[in-house]
Amino acid sequence: MRTLKLAAASAVLLASAAVAQAGPTFDAVKEKGFVQCGVTTGVAGFSGPDSQGNWTGLDVDMCRAVAAAMFGDAAKFKVTPLSAVQRFTALQSGEIDVLTRNTTLTLTRDTSLGLVGTAVNFYDGQGIMVRKDLGVKSAKELDGATICVQPGTTSELSLADWFRSNNLQFQPVVVEKLDELVRTFAAGRCDAFTTDKSQLASVRTTLPDPSSYVILPETLSKEPLGPMVRQGDDAWFNVVRWSLFAMIEAEEYGITSANVDDMLKSNDPNVQRILGVTPGMGKHLGLNDKWAYNIVKQIGNYGQSFERNVGKDSALGLERGLNATWRDGGLMYGWPIR
Amino acid sequence: MSESTTAAPKKTGSKPKCAWNDPKVRAVVYQILVVVLVALGVWYLVSNTLHNLSARNIATGFGFLEREAGFAIGEATIDYAPNDTYIRALTVGLLNTLRAAAIGIVLATILGTVIGVARLSSNWLVAKIASVYVEVMRNVPLLLQLFFWYAIITESFPGPRQALNPIPGVFLSNRGLKFPSLEGDGLTWLAGGFVVAVLAALLLANWSRCRQESTGQLFPVWRVAIALLIACPLLAWWFSGADLSLNMPSLQGFNFRGGVTLTPEFAALLLGLVVYTAAFIAEVVRSGIQSVSGGQWEAAQSLGLRRNLTLRLVVLPQALRVIIPPMTSQYLNLTKNSSLAVAIGYPDIVSVVNTTMNQTGQAIEGIMLIMAAYLTVSLSISCFMNWYNARIALVER
Repeated sequence: MRTLKLAAASAVLLASAAVAQAGPTFDAVKEKGFVQCGVTTGVAGFSGPDSQGNWTGLDVDMCRAVAAAMFGDAAKFKVTPLSAVQRFTALQSGEIDVLTRNTTLTLTRDTSLGLVGTAVNFYDGQGIMVRKDLGVKSAKELDGATICVQPGTTSELSLADWFRSNNLQFQPVVVEKLDELVRTFAAGRCDAFTTDKSQLASVRTTLPDPSSYVILPETLSKEPLGPMVRQGDDAWFNVVRWSLFAMIEAEEYGITSANVDDMLKSNDPNVQRILGVTPGMGKHLGLNDKWAYNIVKQIGNYGQSFERNVGKDSALGLERGLNATWRDGGLMYGWPIR
Repeated sequence: MSESTTAAPKKTGSKPKCAWNDPKVRAVVYQILVVVLVALGVWYLVSNTLHNLSARNIATGFGFLEREAGFAIGEATIDYAPNDTYIRALTVGLLNTLRAAAIGIVLATILGTVIGVARLSSNWLVAKIASVYVEVMRNVPLLLQLFFWYAIITESFPGPRQALNPIPGVFLSNRGLKFPSLEGDGLTWLAGGFVVAVLAALLLANWSRCRQESTGQLFPVWRVAIALLIACPLLAWWFSGADLSLNMPSLQGFNFRGGVTLTPEFAALLLGLVVYTAAFIAEVVRSGIQSVSGGQWEAAQSLGLRRNLTLRLVVLPQALRVIIPPMTSQYLNLTKNSSLAVAIGYPDIVSVVNTTMNQTGQAIEGIMLIMAAYLTVSLSISCFMNWYNARIALVER
């Protein structure tokens, strides 16, 4: 009889396990009360713990923006540091709700992983960094070089593509952990180090003598980086996409964390819609009408986030370049909030 | 079943038993139930996984193996380029794993045996050094040892332009050890001559043993065998026209061209695996030798056998019976531990599959491939060692 009971109990267990996986991300996040974001294990400017142990960076700001939109409180987020190899599995399995981990959006990733990119929060391109004393002025002179690259990244593929199309030879050294890879490069195991240019700038600040390294002028590939979510929950997809667009739109209309309260009195109908003075926009997203107000108030607009984390106010000192608003000749073009 | 029917008549007076009360029947029923439950569990996991994967639009199946891999691999024993297929990339990874495991097993066995014997040395210093080696090496995690060796190699050697050049044609730098390779048609003749020499030496050993058993006369097998191994390849090479040249490595641009490379990644992995596993093998060898009682030594010596003959004919055959089974598990450990290579960038099967999984997003298929690869390799090693164990097992007369 005990066997029968055991069998019945296991059958019940199995049946209930099948149900537990259902339920869209939006509801699940609302219920647990915080957003779980997948970030890097530490790329200065994009995601990494500061001296107090708080996670900061452009990608972390993206995560905080989603938290502010969902809960009105930018602090309601948790991070899961992931290596390049772990990141997609973590999102697929539901371990994280959104992947804000300088991830390049590509056709294969949108179509075969069960994931989808929301929008671009950083336009990047792949670059190559070498030691100055190597005397190299262009990537075309790197025939026969040994190159350090992280495995499983688009950088690894673009590197092979670029050298193939230029009929050059190279030898890869692939180490999964970024710290170990950088140490290997600094020790001279590789002639060059390749990844997205923003990350090169970030890695350079962590090297013993940053001024003895130079980033070559070539851009090997286009790398549009942006947050990814699981397919099958359009409400959640919209929250992530529009949290980013709200930051970009806020910059375009001159709303900053400092003047957002004054802007509530603005006569501009665009500003009124963004900040929820004219109600309705938040409701369409399933959120409070103050969703965008909370983002700008607590995190700032896209430009503020950029300058604070990777721009002129940071150690990286990156130019806005492609990441300026479209009015300033960049590619940041938020879709209208109306 | 037959027993229960014969047992029944003895218990006269009790009412006829139902089958459920028969322990044999119950045992069979339990076993069927367990098998059914396990089968149900497996079926549930597989179908649930497939269902969830398709519900989440995640690609499944092994079709990706035929697609272009697109990434480069640092070292390959067969020709490989980024425009080859994933299956070829995985083959490169598997061969790299096998290369590390095979060389590692040979070197670890040699080093381990030397240290195991040294632990039993009557020389106090030698015995203590061996003990310290064993205790230190087997108590430090292998992953740390790999990082240590990799850091030592990459940090302490100079760059390629300042490479150490101890003998002409040999360069030591943080790009690895470069040494000249042999090239030309003579190479196949050289190899052919070597194979012939090995076969001849085996035949010779067999003939000499037969002769010794029938006449008692000894033949200097070793000296002749070594002469054969040197002479045969050389003769073959000379007759083929002596076409053989050295491909000397030379510094061109960033790196050395030509010659053969021992990369820092491979060297660090091999060092780590050998040094770590040798500590365990040393203990296995020591315990094996100690398991043969001292009386065996004394008896052999009283028969007039020399010390090395005593070891070879009396002690080792008995010690090996104790040594081989645990040695098998050490070999399996070494092979499986080679998967830690991924941490120091040696492109083994795990490293290549990791990259593949990330490019294609097919994690389940990737993990299945890794498991199948290690299972096949491990079972092959296990089979071979079991065969060898059966061969040297004590034959009771």
